[in-house]
Amino acid sequence: MSQFTFSGGIHPYDGKELSKDKPVKELLPKGDLVFPLSQHIGAPAKPVVEKGDHVKVGQMIAEAGGFVSANIYSSVSGVVKSIEKHRVPVQDMVDSIIIENDGAYEEVEYPPVRPFEELTGADIVSAVKAAGVVGLGGAGFPTHVKLSPKEPDKIDYIIANCAECEPYLTSDYRRMMENPEELVGGMECILKIFPKAKGIIAIEDNKPDAIEKLQGMVSSIPNIEVYAMTTKYPQGSERHIIYACTKREINSKMLPADAGCIVDNCETLVAINRAVRQNKPLFQRIVTITGDAVNDPRNFAVRCGTSFNELIEAAGGFKMEPGKIISGGPMMGFAVFDTDVPVTKTSSAMLCLLEDQVSKTVETACINCGRCVDACPEKLIPSQLATFAEHEDYDNYNRLFGTECIECGSCTYVCPAKRQLAQAIKSMKRLAMGKARAEAAKKKAAAEKAAEEGKAAAKNDAKKGGDK
Amino acid sequence: MGQTQGAAGNETAALRNVSSNPHIRDSITTQKIMCYVILSLLPTTIYGVYHFGIQALLIVLCTVASAVLFEYLYEKLMHLPITIKDGSAALTGLLLALNLPPRFPIWAAVLGSAFSIIVVKMLFGGLGQNFMNPALGGRCFLLISFAGLMTNFSYDSFTGATYLARLKAGEMVNSYDMVIGNEMGTIGEGSVIWIVLGACILILLGVIDLRIPGSYIVSFVIFWVLFGGHGFDPYYITAQLSGGGLMLGAFFMATDYVTSPITTKGKIIYGIILGVLTGVFRVFASGAEGVSYAIIISNLLVPLIERWAPLKCFGYVKSEK
Repeated sequence: MSQFTFSGGIHPYDGKELSKDKPVKELLPKGDLVFPLSQHIGAPAKPVVEKGDHVKVGQMIAEAGGFVSANIYSSVSGVVKSIEKHRVPVQDMVDSIIIENDGAYEEVEYPPVRPFEELTGADIVSAVKAAGVVGLGGAGFPTHVKLSPKEPDKIDYIIANCAECEPYLTSDYRRMMENPEELVGGMECILKIFPKAKGIIAIEDNKPDAIEKLQGMVSSIPNIEVYAMTTKYPQGSERHIIYACTKREINSKMLPADAGCIVDNCETLVAINRAVRQNKPLFQRIVTITGDAVNDPRNFAVRCGTSFNELIEAAGGFKMEPGKIISGGPMMGFAVFDTDVPVTKTSSAMLCLLEDQVSKTVETACINCGRCVDACPEKLIPSQLATFAEHEDYDNYNRLFGTECIECGSCTYVCPAKRQLAQAIKSMKRLAMGKARAEAAKKKAAAEKAAEEGKAAAKNDAKKGGDK
Repeated sequence: MGQTQGAAGNETAALRNVSSNPHIRDSITTQKIMCYVILSLLPTTIYGVYHFGIQALLIVLCTVASAVLFEYLYEKLMHLPITIKDGSAALTGLLLALNLPPRFPIWAAVLGSAFSIIVVKMLFGGLGQNFMNPALGGRCFLLISFAGLMTNFSYDSFTGATYLARLKAGEMVNSYDMVIGNEMGTIGEGSVIWIVLGACILILLGVIDLRIPGSYIVSFVIFWVLFGGHGFDPYYITAQLSGGGLMLGAFFMATDYVTSPITTKGKIIYGIILGVLTGVFRVFASGAEGVSYAIIISNLLVPLIERWAPLKCFGYVKSEK
């Protein structure tokens, strides 16, 4: 057991051996490419191309729709076929730019790169912003926003989240094994913005070869250190990796910056490195295609926009019709009913399982065993929260900190009664947060109204005073 | 184009399973947990049967069978789903049997299991809803209704009071006998060694942990040392821990999930209350034993403990709310 851990968590079967030892294969798309305008948290991007336009690899096709938003670049050369709604991995229909691939991969010329030593922190942030880098671990939060905290002086740790605690996923592992210099390079870019901070590369100790490799690389760099984390799901949760590394706790109302930390995923750091040192925008990432239903599970370097159907085909297709297909890992991924969805910036994997463990299970009575309490990394009482959620009991739900749930699913995983705890808590969380927002808005409106009335009254008083 | 593809996707939706995360489940089930507990009670059950004879075996079999039957009949009559397969009724029956004297009449044992299952468990909503341990509820019902039968521990040629009662009366007893299992007592509390062996199995299987039994035993020992009248005397402490079903209670009945608190803080508070109550009953009450009553009273306090044990959520320092 490593000292870098947190209380709670679970140890599911990790399935990483299916794909971890095969080198990453580059995959060039054959069919049309789909670029959803909303593949990050924040405002959707605005298209800057029109139907019929010819685009090149690395050309901007949509620009950020606000500060919390990100640019989108084409990953192929070809013609814009249309801008229409298309299904995305989370199975929503989202406005997307569809590009017909001409197969030439004609690339734009990137602006010349200035020597790294000459760059200032602001240059780096703007390069990251221009390249459209977002959190590639799955959340998709625009990275330049993370790199612009309110009080930059208070940042003292930059954490590279290389835990990869989600079972079956090996894309970060392959990245660490094949391009460790780019990971460290990305870390150096961020450290240049925050020179006083210390860089931590946090890797779960089930990847000893990656730890050794990176330790060798950073041994000559004084302000970067590799931490071997206890292997446990959800070690890669932002709040918990901060706690594991620094023993600082944050809650849902705080940002990592409040604990003096900035956390970026492994793949994100590689994208930062390319954005800063090569002026290359983000249009490619590593995606794991795995699961017992796939003939040749492995990792692919994929251009964003490629259909997952092509990836499944490249992985040898299905052995048998899978019982369940998940975009992402088995703990936090989305079950999909349609695999004709594009690889987006945040797509880390497609997991195809022969057997669906969920539809078979029958929910029985809660026996109060407390396994969910012991598993909950947020130290909540999932069994009681789920019951309050089923009854829509806002007061008790909030009394037990229901909105702190990180939706990691550990409680549902361990429950012997097979209750859908996380699902109930999650749905209630949306309602409770919506209600809290509505109440805050109402309060604000009432306060404004009162202030206005007060003002009017004051005016009247003044008038009266003037009359006298 | 996207629209037509979307429609095609919807057609296949019927074939693919879609659900909220997580998509994998641990292999543990309620049924497995109950089986593990029954399994770890077997050493002491077998020893009890070996030590007390065929009558003990009959009591165990009839109590278990009738407990399962009563649950089945109740659910059948009330048009409820039949849940006897989860093993909880069998476990209740077994625990009740282990709490009965070895020469207890079968008809009374069956009556006790009817009370356990129908009154304590099913009337309150079945598994997960009962407010006190059904087996102990049944035992206390029998203890009040048939006090004479329930305190007659004589078997074969052995007659007399239990070791704890004799200790209280000022006699000296052989504590070695109590540990090994030559004590007179209920079927299940004969031998501490086999109970502890079962408890170790249960802990290794991850069904229980030491939070409740540990705080129970430690707080009881402290109470005994302070108020027991013998100070820190290993002889009396061993005797107290070995006798009167304290071990059976601490590991197998106080840890009953349904009737114990769910948080770590709650579990420790609950264990301390158990230890103190057992101490009070053993030192100050007229009888020599008190584990059953201590557990039942603590069961009733669980909602209060749950309500008032402070919850510390990750990311909040004490002053924040």
